[in-house]
Amino acid sequence: MNKLYKKYIKTELLPTLFCPGCGNGIIQYAAIDAIDSLGIKDQVACVSGIGCSSWIPCYYKMDVMHTMHGRALAFAQGLKLAQPDKKILVFTGDGDCLAIGGNHLLHASARNIDLTVVMANNYIYGMTGGQKSPSTPKGSITKTTPFGSIDEPIDGCRLAMTMGASYVARWTTAHPVQLAKAIREGMEHRGFSFIEVLCQCPVQAGKGVYGEKEPANILKYYKEHTYQYREGMEIPEGKVRIGTLKHDPAAEEYIQKVEKKLISQGIKRG
Amino acid sequence: MVFPSAGEKRFDMELNASDPKKVVLQGNEACAKGALYAGCRFFAGYPITPSTEIIELMSSEMQKAGGAFIQMEDEIGSACAIIGARWGGKKAMTATSGPGYTLMQEAIGYAAVTETPIVIVNVQRGGPSTGQPTLSSQEDVYQARYGSHGDYGIIVLSPSSVQEMYDFTVRAFELSEQFRTPVILLSDEVVGHMREKITIHDGSKNIKSGTQKFVVSPHADFFQGENSLVEGQLHDEWGRRIGHVAEQSGRFIQNINKKIQDNADRIADIRTYCMEDADIAIVAYGSVARPAANAVKLARGIRDERILPKLKVFRDLVKRGVPATMHTDYSHLKVGLVKINSLWPFPEEELKRSTQNTELIIVPEMNVGKYCREVERVLKDKKVISMPKSGGDIHTPHEILDEILKEAGVNE
Repeated sequence: MNKLYKKYIKTELLPTLFCPGCGNGIIQYAAIDAIDSLGIKDQVACVSGIGCSSWIPCYYKMDVMHTMHGRALAFAQGLKLAQPDKKILVFTGDGDCLAIGGNHLLHASARNIDLTVVMANNYIYGMTGGQKSPSTPKGSITKTTPFGSIDEPIDGCRLAMTMGASYVARWTTAHPVQLAKAIREGMEHRGFSFIEVLCQCPVQAGKGVYGEKEPANILKYYKEHTYQYREGMEIPEGKVRIGTLKHDPAAEEYIQKVEKKLISQGIKRG
Repeated sequence: MVFPSAGEKRFDMELNASDPKKVVLQGNEACAKGALYAGCRFFAGYPITPSTEIIELMSSEMQKAGGAFIQMEDEIGSACAIIGARWGGKKAMTATSGPGYTLMQEAIGYAAVTETPIVIVNVQRGGPSTGQPTLSSQEDVYQARYGSHGDYGIIVLSPSSVQEMYDFTVRAFELSEQFRTPVILLSDEVVGHMREKITIHDGSKNIKSGTQKFVVSPHADFFQGENSLVEGQLHDEWGRRIGHVAEQSGRFIQNINKKIQDNADRIADIRTYCMEDADIAIVAYGSVARPAANAVKLARGIRDERILPKLKVFRDLVKRGVPATMHTDYSHLKVGLVKINSLWPFPEEELKRSTQNTELIIVPEMNVGKYCREVERVLKDKKVISMPKSGGDIHTPHEILDEILKEAGVNE
């Protein structure tokens, strides 16, 4: 067994509940890779919502809160405010974060509170058996869009950036090394970090959404249908941009702002 | 008015943190002060009438006390944030009213299942829906007990005065830590907005974090190196899910219910007034216990001649030429008051004990007569009369007295 797995995974809980070919295991490893490279295992707590991706941290030998559907960010903000010196890593999914939890994403982004959010985006409600999510591409056949999805998909990264998140990146499970680096950067960054991971769900999304149910082929599809932006390049049609989308180290973080305001008003604490 | 306490149960509060001082406060302000005294160091909230004064006062006082305050985007977020903060090691509270309280229900179930000690204040207003933002009610008395889905135990306290707003908030933190459970402070608009002179304390009371051996969940706060797994799915003592195992899940549900139910006597807090020789008892809680106590005074002919002419009720009656009950001494009726401070778990044994010599029970409450059903269930051998009142007006003392006169067969 991998050295990091031994250190970070409660092996007595294995096997995980992820389906064969699921991308969540890649994210699970990338996150512990990032935490380990920073050497801050005992300074990090994980919070997650409900959905497949929210099970990622439940196997960690760390302090983990597996919370309510859509509310991981609300729990995480309370935990962060109670322990402002610690790092909080939030695991969520496209349904958890963009549908039921959308309001919390808006407000946590606007506050620019120091949290690192990893949103696994598989374009589907996997745990309930394959229904349309807010990020499901138009035309997808799912259990609740039998005639093809008509809704404009929501772009979590663009939403977070618009609302004021100060670190935003998108990677895929076909980019595990870059993903681990992004999670690390997100945790080093002081402010709201939002990392979207396109993550295959061959079982519940598969053919109807990606047009492909073979995990390896979906990963290949991720490689072929994404691009990293270089200055001056022509934007390729029909491809998703990956990489660091925003990194603003100068943006003031919420708790810093609170402290600064109290000091400027001469409020003594404690 | 202060409820007499001679010979009755008192809270075992060690009020030794500092010298007490007398101040005039509003109920909601007293609640915030009580929380700070209890060591609450995290408050998340969302403005809602008639509880808003609590979040307003917390926005400055919590920061000054060295704690953290956040105005969340909704009440769901507020309830979730305080649970997060409690696992971060800070005693935490939120305050709301009707619609906001409804939004918090899922998080209350989460706190119950994860055994997270939190305090939620519901300053009740009239419902349903947007209802009556500015008027009082006691309509949430069942929601406070059964609001979240599933079976769980919970503790609910009901203050009747500004002093009790303060004391019961402190008590709520004690109980929440002791039993590792959410505690609901079920106040109402009348108590939340009244102003009275009360005794408060500076500094902080040292309330120990839940030391009781855990029932189900791991209890180490985060960042203690314990690898706590806080899990909303039914789980074993390591946090591992057992939701798919019927027998184990059944035990889990029994345990989180039993830990409250089996301690009902320890949690129970009932105060009696003029019950020594009473054969008629008014059972009341929250703001309605105030006019109920006055009804007892009137019936017993306990009068304060200096104050009585100042009461509008009295002046109106005199003006209308009504042969007011206030003019008559009904002390032969032997009416007493049983004031229930701890609504849930239902204080069965204490209620039975305190009403054992009575035959007639009157239960005035500002709803359609909800809590009365519990009283009826427990006091099967007595005549229990529900006295519901909807619309936002609190019962007046003479309304309650009139009901007693009617039921006791001494109608004029």
